[in-house]
Amino acid sequence: MLQDATARPLVRLSHVDKLFGNGTLALKDMNLDVGEHEFVSLLGPSGCGKSTALRLVAGLGEATAGTIEWPSRAGGKGLRDIGFVFQEPTLMPWATVFDNVYLPLRLQLVARGKAADEVAAVLAKVGLTGFEGAYPRELSGGMKMRVSIARALVTKPRLLLMDEPFAALDEITRFKLNNDLLELWRSQSWTVIFVTHSVYESVYLSNRIAVMAARPGRVVADLRIGAPYPRDDEFRTSTVYNDYCRQVSRSLGEAMRA
Amino acid sequence: MSVAVEQAVRPRDRSERIERIARTALPIAIGVVSIVIWDLVVRLNDLPHYILPAPGLVAKSLWNDWGTLYPALLVTLRITFLALAVAVIGGVGLAILFAQSKWIEISFFPYAVILQVTPIIAVAPLILIYVENTHIALLICAWIVAFFPILSNTTLGLNSADHNLINLFQLYGATRWQVLRYLRIPSAMPYFLGGLRIAGGLSLIGSVVAEFTAGSAGQGSGLAFRILEAGYRLNIPRMFAALILISATGIVIFLFFTAVSHLILRKWHESAVRREN
Ligand SMILES: Nc1ncnc2c1ncn2[C@@H]1O[C@H](COP(=O)(O)OP(=O)(O)OP(=O)(O)O)[C@@H](O)[C@H]1O
Ligand SMILES: [Mg+2]
Repeated sequence: MLQDATARPLVRLSHVDKLFGNGTLALKDMNLDVGEHEFVSLLGPSGCGKSTALRLVAGLGEATAGTIEWPSRAGGKGLRDIGFVFQEPTLMPWATVFDNVYLPLRLQLVARGKAADEVAAVLAKVGLTGFEGAYPRELSGGMKMRVSIARALVTKPRLLLMDEPFAALDEITRFKLNNDLLELWRSQSWTVIFVTHSVYESVYLSNRIAVMAARPGRVVADLRIGAPYPRDDEFRTSTVYNDYCRQVSRSLGEAMRA
Repeated sequence: MSVAVEQAVRPRDRSERIERIARTALPIAIGVVSIVIWDLVVRLNDLPHYILPAPGLVAKSLWNDWGTLYPALLVTLRITFLALAVAVIGGVGLAILFAQSKWIEISFFPYAVILQVTPIIAVAPLILIYVENTHIALLICAWIVAFFPILSNTTLGLNSADHNLINLFQLYGATRWQVLRYLRIPSAMPYFLGGLRIAGGLSLIGSVVAEFTAGSAGQGSGLAFRILEAGYRLNIPRMFAALILISATGIVIFLFFTAVSHLILRKWHESAVRREN
């Protein structure tokens, strides 16, 4: 089901550097290929440049050096249909849940009445049916994050970039959303780049994990998680899962010492 | 169980009610006491009314002179609100222009500051010389004073949109207009309304100060001229009456814009929502 990543990458980062104006070298010689329909996790310690890398892929900000290519696209131009879930919920406080989720469609000039079904559908997916009229300040932290996820899903993007989307959620909700995300990913044939701190989450979700090291940020290990999908809660307790977790933890440990 | 809950709730309820009553009752009590003291000072010292009129006399003058004071109030109000309206249109329009281009902002903002820091009382005579129509000259003076808080607050507000939200709009290929309409203007709303509240009071001050400078008589004269006129005639009670009208106008303007601001922001902004913990 999964193609070889190197055969037909959707996006390719080669020798990417990112130097911020204040002199912080966030990324140095970062290389990463993400194949179409892959689920790739970026795993690494805090401050290693995961968010920075994700923003560069989204076209938010320029790489200081190196290239970000889209080989499968005509002319190698960047993808338009990207969904982005920021590390913070990033909602408009003056707008209701409905209007926040409707925003991407509104910007694409979809009429409100036409969008209503889509919005209702994604809100149902993240378990927020009935909260359409609520304002962000009336929601819990986890609910806000789910609104943000719904907003990213509403355009049915081909590439979904998620920056620690579930970090603020309780374990039960997180597990449920993990499963929902996998389900969606498999049924919609998306590509997902998923940033996380958690070894366990990355192993559960991804078919590839790019382990990053800090100062300067770069990919130091590229691990394939061969366990077949669909994965479910059974998988969380299997020995295969545990073996992968151990392997990834070791790799992360090395990255932190590197 | 239910008894315990009732006991826990009741004292809090009561203290809230007391606070609500105190909020209006205390300022009124202070006002009444001050007026009584004022009255006593005048009576006990036997002060002549051309030095300090008793409160009763001021009230009577307000009543008797209503025929001259009321048209003057209307004139002052008209200048105040026209100036404020032009200040809002000009201030918001210029702020939006500034938000479109850093270069425009860099070029023009210093002049807005100069306009603001030059005391209106010093500029008013010049404006009155160059602009023949006194009414328009007064309008310009009031506008100069009211314009800046709106411009600077709205500019700040338009520029304070959340960075990640700007990125989000970028990601979906939003046009400049869409960013303005759906992101920058809503972000600027609390700042603009804060500026409006200040500008409302300032435009009243601006129009009064300018009118003092103009000192013009005739059918188009406002409250400030009535104060001047009453001063020449040593009609001190009428001076007080006009002064009270100006203060009352200022208070009403402030309360009005506070209410407007509350109505617009009550759904989402921290300044207006009642937080339940
Ligand atoms: N706008 C910025 N200006 C200057 N430096 C920045 C900026 N954004 C990030 N950095 C720096 O770049 C480095 C990487 O930041 P980044 O946010 O990508 O880390 P991260 O891996 O996402 O960390 P976390 O897991 O804590 O979110 C950090 O050292 C940070 O200080
Ligand atoms: Mg981050």
